[in-house]
Amino acid sequence: MTALDTSARTQANHTHDQSGQSARFWESLAGWLMASPAITLLLLFMIVPFIMAFGLAFTNQRLISPNPTEFVGLRNFERLLTVRLLVLQPVVDPATGVAVLDEEGQTTYPAVRTYTRNNPEYPQFDGLQEWTTWSWGDDKLVWLAGDAVFMKSLFNTLFFTVVVVPLQGSLGLLLALIINQRTAGVNIFRTIYFMPVVVSMVVVSILWRFIYDGQNGLLNNILGAVTLGNFQPVDWLGNPSTAMWAVIGMSIWQAVGFHMVIWLAGLQTIPGVLYEAAAVEGAGAWDQFVHVTWPGLRNTAVFILVTITMAAFGLFTQINVMTRGGPLDSTTTLVFQAVQKGFEKQDIAYGSAISVVFFALVLVVALIQRFVTREQGE
Amino acid sequence: MNTTRILHRNQTATTVVRYGLMSLLALIFLFPIVFMVISSLKPDLQIMQDSSSFRAFLPVGDISFDNYAETFVRAPTGRFIFNSILTTALTVVLGLLVNSMAGFSLAIPRWRGRGLVLTLIIATLIVPFETIAIPLLLIVSRLPTIGLDGITQGWLNTYHVQVIPFVANAFSIFLFVQFFKSLPQELVEAARIDGASWFQIFANVMVPLSGPVFATVTILTFLPMWNAYLWPIMVVQIEEFRPVMVGLQYFFQLNVAWGEVMAYLTIITLPVLVMFLALQRAFIESIASTGIKG
Repeated sequence: MTALDTSARTQANHTHDQSGQSARFWESLAGWLMASPAITLLLLFMIVPFIMAFGLAFTNQRLISPNPTEFVGLRNFERLLTVRLLVLQPVVDPATGVAVLDEEGQTTYPAVRTYTRNNPEYPQFDGLQEWTTWSWGDDKLVWLAGDAVFMKSLFNTLFFTVVVVPLQGSLGLLLALIINQRTAGVNIFRTIYFMPVVVSMVVVSILWRFIYDGQNGLLNNILGAVTLGNFQPVDWLGNPSTAMWAVIGMSIWQAVGFHMVIWLAGLQTIPGVLYEAAAVEGAGAWDQFVHVTWPGLRNTAVFILVTITMAAFGLFTQINVMTRGGPLDSTTTLVFQAVQKGFEKQDIAYGSAISVVFFALVLVVALIQRFVTREQGE
Repeated sequence: MNTTRILHRNQTATTVVRYGLMSLLALIFLFPIVFMVISSLKPDLQIMQDSSSFRAFLPVGDISFDNYAETFVRAPTGRFIFNSILTTALTVVLGLLVNSMAGFSLAIPRWRGRGLVLTLIIATLIVPFETIAIPLLLIVSRLPTIGLDGITQGWLNTYHVQVIPFVANAFSIFLFVQFFKSLPQELVEAARIDGASWFQIFANVMVPLSGPVFATVTILTFLPMWNAYLWPIMVVQIEEFRPVMVGLQYFFQLNVAWGEVMAYLTIITLPVLVMFLALQRAFIESIASTGIKG
């Protein structure tokens, strides 16, 4: 009796809700169907390769290879991240105890390769490459790395980022402050400053190669004219000590207009009343900036610093077009190395391992951003 | 800071200094572009000679369009331009379709899993393309291509390898979701009562109201596609399918003729610059909109 009762009630409910339920069914179906092309494409070309990057990094996968792919554990990461310090002491004559000097009177040191090539006494240095050398008193501190070029890429990328982020961020703000006026012609200047942003980085890199040229370069000629000929021409991209700075200058020139526009949007959210109040209180331009403008720009600032950092980590096009990582690996970067290994040498696994390290950096910055903005929100 | 304060009392001086500074900055941002256009009109020897004087920025001397004609002789420039127009246009059109539908689906109809899907899509925004480029290269090299000559393995050296991976775009979807949610929801209810299907609501009610977001997504897809470089150098090795930025390599084989290089750079840059100048408000606002997502 009870069972029949329940069943009858269900029946009744069913008839009552039929239109509602079927409407909900069609709504779900329409939702899924309309989202499915995008979901499928994002899965195949975004999520799957992202997950694969982590998987491939633990294999010896190559783009084309007759041999089957094997799991190699942490081997790729060991090669990427191994760093060891080798302390070299001056060579001393065993008979006299006096340091042996070379023909020019300089202290001599044992060759690094005697430690890194099949020396059974120093298995920890076996196969490592010379990355960089410091002096410490009479001793030489030789930093060895599993992949010296990768270490240089990592540090070049970090150096580029550390210089570009504050410089580009503050120059963008400066431009925004200059342009944030209701005077005639300001829109024209805004357009001009923004123009390089829409020009391809490839085009910009070729143009600046010409500007930075050591012989006929515009930069040398302009500096020569400004100093009335007292400037010694520099081969900006051909010199290891100036090449990265040249890339930095050009990169800022290309992208700063973008950040100017974002700063401008931030500036325009600050109510004009605040400036009027500050002016009534007798605050000067600098005081107004410190007490009204800057506090109002906090979110904008976080966003700008994060976007410049992310873009700076990805430094590639300029390097590929202008320097190919040279001279002497002074401009090689993480993404440039990932492409060199993964594409040009077809070592997909090693390139993926570099991509994973690259993503780890991006993730750290994203988490810092989360932390900073959340703290402010509460 | 003292100087600024003193100047502040004198409005005219401030104005003069400000315009002087703005003009100087304008020169810094303009000179490489002006140099490019001007040099494209000069013979190589004159480019070198002029580079030591102000003549580098003036259309003086032996001016002609010879370099432009030469760029089409030295390389299949016309082909490169066609390839870039084709891949860019396809990606923009397919992208608008796929992403606007997804945006609508994630904004308006209610379905199980919608929140999760949206969260996942937004989470992918922090994955830079550089992270997935290498595994993606492996994937596309193994995918089957169905063509007139049957099924072949691998997408390398095709048009679709330059288009399909970039059709769905998380940020475009995000912009569409934001926009559709901002439209008055009474429109949807009214259309439901009239018996419109969900697709009809999307196509006939929402899309006609969404001009601004379609324009923004078009600009944000167009620019990186036209300027594409990292991906095409990896997946396109034959000139038949090369886009303009990769085609540039042709001008750096053997002896470099700078006049032709400048002409080629002008050809591939000027259309973008003209579009930018014509639609500058839309361009600047679109690109700035990427900054408001935080």
